[in-house]
Amino acid sequence: MMQKRSATFSEWTDQRAPLVFILPAILIILLLAIFPLIISLYLSLSRFKFVKGGFSLKFIGWLNYEKLLVGSQQFHFIGSFGQLTPMEMAAIALVGLLLLWWLIRYFRQGPVTVPGLLGRLILTAGLLSLTWLVLFVLNQKGFPGTLVVTLFYVFFGVLIQFCIGLALALLCAQRIPARNFFRLVFFLPLMVTPVGIAYTFRMLVDTTKGPFAPIWEFFGWGAIAWVKDPWAARWVIVLGDSWQWTPFMFIVLLAALENQPRDQVEAAIVDGASRWQIFRDITWRAILPVSITVILIRIIEAFKIIDLPNVLTNGGPGIASESLTLHSFMAWRSLDLGGSAAVAYMLLFVSVFFSMSFINFARHRLKTA
Amino acid sequence: MSERKSLYQILFEPKTIDAVAPGSKVVSYLILGLWTFICLFPLYWLAVTSLKLPIHVADGPNYLPGIDFKPSLHAWKYIFVDLGNDTLRPYLNTVLVSLASSVIAVLVGSMGGYALSRISYSPKLGSVLLFILIMILMIVMIVRFGVPWQLAIASGLALFLVLVSTVGRRFRRALHNNDIAFFMISQRILPPVAVVIPIYVLFQNFGLLDTHGALVITYVAVNLPIVVWLMRDFFDTIPVDLEESAALDGASRYRIFFTIVLPLSKPGLAATFLLVLILSWNEYLLALFLSTADAQTLPLLIAAQNATRGPQWWYMSVLIIIMIAPVIAIALVLQRFITRGLLIGAVKG
Repeated sequence: MMQKRSATFSEWTDQRAPLVFILPAILIILLLAIFPLIISLYLSLSRFKFVKGGFSLKFIGWLNYEKLLVGSQQFHFIGSFGQLTPMEMAAIALVGLLLLWWLIRYFRQGPVTVPGLLGRLILTAGLLSLTWLVLFVLNQKGFPGTLVVTLFYVFFGVLIQFCIGLALALLCAQRIPARNFFRLVFFLPLMVTPVGIAYTFRMLVDTTKGPFAPIWEFFGWGAIAWVKDPWAARWVIVLGDSWQWTPFMFIVLLAALENQPRDQVEAAIVDGASRWQIFRDITWRAILPVSITVILIRIIEAFKIIDLPNVLTNGGPGIASESLTLHSFMAWRSLDLGGSAAVAYMLLFVSVFFSMSFINFARHRLKTA
Repeated sequence: MSERKSLYQILFEPKTIDAVAPGSKVVSYLILGLWTFICLFPLYWLAVTSLKLPIHVADGPNYLPGIDFKPSLHAWKYIFVDLGNDTLRPYLNTVLVSLASSVIAVLVGSMGGYALSRISYSPKLGSVLLFILIMILMIVMIVRFGVPWQLAIASGLALFLVLVSTVGRRFRRALHNNDIAFFMISQRILPPVAVVIPIYVLFQNFGLLDTHGALVITYVAVNLPIVVWLMRDFFDTIPVDLEESAALDGASRYRIFFTIVLPLSKPGLAATFLLVLILSWNEYLLALFLSTADAQTLPLLIAAQNATRGPQWWYMSVLIIIMIAPVIAIALVLQRFITRGLLIGAVKG
């Protein structure tokens, strides 16, 4: 009797096994990611106040977003608007025309589906307004806010990391002695904590006491403090970020290069193809899927940057090098929890917009390639 | 056959396919050497600065200890002896939190990854949407109308169960394993700052702020998607024959998982564990929000060094060195494993 009951009990637990295996992971993610995300949305729509023995929430609708987009925080989030020159207007018109041409081609070419059309319309609207915004704040009188600065970090950071990483991977994929040594050394920056990198780079770019001081002096730049100039500060952050993340690109691209089909390359050499032709027609094709994946991973992670701007430049001078995450943190520290959540949600929108556009674009490219 | 070669051909065209021509070899080594310098110089500068007296830093650049200046261990002594406990506590916190969170994340995540690799799920789309709807309703009830949270959660759950068993069955569309996996990995797109504020308020209500537990749970949640994704890919590469024959012999799924699958996947587990360990070791944003004094971790301690008297580079260098020393050591010894962890995710994803 006892035996039988225990058998049925173990049968019962065994039947529940599929649930037992997946449920802890799902629950943790629900409880600590989805649940807070929904609360955050609510927070971003309300005014948060600490009162005696707790806090109070007052629903205020879109006011927090309005403040960021057109209200008192616009200078912080988007930036101060300058004046568009005719050249810049022409550039915007050009981008608009290109996007229009791309849409028309889509209509004439293939079957038009509702999701496809919707995605393309969102992409067109998003890109056009971003171009307009970036040009508007990046000219003489304008001053970019955290949104544009974050986009700057993501775009130039990922671009630099991919180019250097690919070049190094191509060099290391050759059959040369000591390449394992290089592989090990190039890997190290990835391990260093970003906070440490921030301070180290602050030491390195110091123009009077840093190691490169004689060089700056030689060029007569000794008096410039890099972290005091808006653009220099932003570039220093991009440099620090690239120092850390180029190894990631390098390692993954190197693995992809070593997996590429060798017989094709050999056949091409026998046929007398030039090195550039081999790279373009064989190697690049072989590593394209992996390149797209690493770029996507880096785009997603780069949007979250906070350590470097917070420690290296403290977001300064002024707000010049603040990223969106840092902006949100600053708002939180001044107890504006609603505003902080609104910034976080704007970051979420921008990040999802770019990752999704990139995924769809890449999928399209891979299909046609 | 006596074709004359130009200088360019001699230097840059290899004789055989695998050989590298002498000219390109020189160029390659120059570039690789330059990048080696770029990688190592910041680390060297940290080490040198940690041996300097304030006066050596203020003097301007001094490059070589023993030649340009007389090395001194004063900063090391200050951090380890004078500040002994203040350094040790964050250090132990970091070790504890990152180890605990990585172990839990790898355990829970590999269970989830195994499930997604071997068992096929098909939750109805209707019930999933229903669940989200009820969750939103619950949150609105709690924060807007002040309903006690125990009551709201209990009634929400009851409502969900009733509705799922009645209305939920009407929806035909179901989700599959790939959808669940994509849902998990899409959590990485979520900026942590968008979820950390409610977590802060939540932990404050439960008195969990500034404790190890709070940090461990949050790190687990942040790293879980990576673990599930990596381990799922890894389990896919393990043949199922062994498990099938064990199942025929009457072993339960738990037994199969813990005695057959886990031992077989040690390399994948090690790779994932190291990756997650390093991520939580270096984590900054969540610690910044959720810990202040007792549970302070090393990145916070270092970030807080920007003192009122101006940055004290010598102390900072010591702190950064002791923080990165363990991970650098791990990287030097176990680089192969960490690389594999990065590759499972990127090359197959």
